[in-house]
Amino acid sequence: MLVEEIMKTEVITLPPNATIASALQLLQEHRIRHIPIVNRNNEVIGIVSDRDVRDASPSVFIKNESTEHSELDNEIKMIMSTPVITIHPLDFVEEIARVFYDKEIACLPVVNENKLVGIVTEKDMLYTLIQLTGITVQSSVIEVKVPDIPGIIPKVATVFGKRKINIASVLVYPYKNDPNFKILVFRIQTMNPLPIIQDLRNAGYRLLWPNNIPEPKA
Amino acid sequence: MKKNAAFIFSNKFLNYHFHEKHPFNQKRLQLTKELLEQSNALTSEDLVLPREASDKEIALFHDEDYIEAVKRASFGQLSDDEKSEFGLGTEDTPIFEGMHEASALLVGGSLTAVDEVLNRRVNHSLNLGGGLHHGFKRKASGFCIYNDGAIAIRYIRKNYNLRVLYVDTDAHHGDGVQSAFYDDPDVCTFSIHETGRYLFPGTGNVDERGIKKGFGYTFNLPIDAFTQDESFLEVYEAAIRKIAKFFKPDIIVTQNGADAHTYDPLTHLCTSMKIYERIPEISHELAHEYCGGRWIALGGGGYDIWRVVPRAWAQIWNVMKMDTINTGPLPRTWIEKWQRESTVSIPNHWHDTNIEAFPYIPRKLEISEKNSKLLNQLLKYTFHVQ
Repeated sequence: MLVEEIMKTEVITLPPNATIASALQLLQEHRIRHIPIVNRNNEVIGIVSDRDVRDASPSVFIKNESTEHSELDNEIKMIMSTPVITIHPLDFVEEIARVFYDKEIACLPVVNENKLVGIVTEKDMLYTLIQLTGITVQSSVIEVKVPDIPGIIPKVATVFGKRKINIASVLVYPYKNDPNFKILVFRIQTMNPLPIIQDLRNAGYRLLWPNNIPEPKA
Repeated sequence: MKKNAAFIFSNKFLNYHFHEKHPFNQKRLQLTKELLEQSNALTSEDLVLPREASDKEIALFHDEDYIEAVKRASFGQLSDDEKSEFGLGTEDTPIFEGMHEASALLVGGSLTAVDEVLNRRVNHSLNLGGGLHHGFKRKASGFCIYNDGAIAIRYIRKNYNLRVLYVDTDAHHGDGVQSAFYDDPDVCTFSIHETGRYLFPGTGNVDERGIKKGFGYTFNLPIDAFTQDESFLEVYEAAIRKIAKFFKPDIIVTQNGADAHTYDPLTHLCTSMKIYERIPEISHELAHEYCGGRWIALGGGGYDIWRVVPRAWAQIWNVMKMDTINTGPLPRTWIEKWQRESTVSIPNHWHDTNIEAFPYIPRKLEISEKNSKLLNQLLKYTFHVQ
């Protein structure tokens, strides 16, 4: 999956000479946490987060005592972070998940030919990962423990194909600390997984809880 | 004099039939009816024939092009794309001849059940042919084509303007009905079911609470696989009483799927007949406490049609008509007739007497603890109700 498939293309930005007060207003109005700072050519030259703006704001204990807050009249470029880590529309989603994790940041502007074309937040990223697990599709879940050898996934998947059961998603997990085995998690679009469970057992595959009990339950 | 209850039934209910090997088998309706007749609990005076629901009534919940698709499916006129768009012709909901008529009759049965109660002919009514809670606005799923429960509730809202409490004790999440009223503050839905971690359809988390004006009127209790009687009843009873107190319904509609029993092949819950004795008793009590008795009960899932469903469903009727469950041995004639067809040994008593058939669950304490925690999570939303 590519970044261009998950990025938001309507990005709220500010020029470097905007006031901190205007940034504060935008953050509150749109309930966002980051604003890319762009120059006249729409090139990203910095970024501010809600924390940067909060650091530049007077403390809540002082706020009420005077109505003049000249610090908020400063230009945003004084507090923006730079240089900015950006990504490309053709980057892979899993690659940028890694960037989020390694760099401990929460927002990535998407840049194409030096121009800002979109934005991805860690919340968008998490949403995409949730979609990838298949958890949002009506399904039953079956976990199969298999030896970690080439060709095993198509072999197991054939069992589903023969029954014309649609697979909504497949995840492959390591099996505890044993490198010789893997766990395949199938989300299948049926309310009646019994025939599949029986077929898998007949084919000698080991099912994991709660489908590992021989007769239905007792 | 107003009677206690009406039993909606027609032999044509059995036409809702996918194929011989499909787990959804309406023969359970015939088994239930005969069990009641032979234990002298059901007479011809109790029976009310269902009407067929009109397209307009079905359209109270479903899209018109979906209804058209179901009609055309019978004649083999659906393209592969249409089949997959509408969830028809899948392993779960295969196409069969006359599927529109058969489905419309189940819906009509639930509407007849509503009319019986709201035209004040009876206090309670039972349509075991209904309860097909997985049907969506424009998609069949999980053995369900038309969602009679959702349609019946829309019908109550439109014609009688009553506030409805929908209670779903099927082992699967009542996702179709929940979706129909997710933004509606006048219909409160509560579903207790096995967690969707492994079981179809996967939804029904405790944090699914409704949206917009309907926020706070959806309740879910997704209990752990292998939950047994004590824990089921403990959390169910606490939750339903609190929710009824919070919502104060004018009428109760229950979906009485009977697939949480240990013998049920499709789910991982491990209860006994005990819960199927208690569930209708509680519904009955709450209907009289809040709704002047108005209670409509529907069927639902239930895939051990010999040992579980007839007894479980018959007890709903016993409570409706006699104010109490039945106990003791089952009629011999009934057992003998069906034992010839059944591949399993049909039980002799209303209660489960063979304790040894219920597995020992090593993680029982842990499961009960998890369920109690879930209950607390659910109850925190009704904390302001004393």
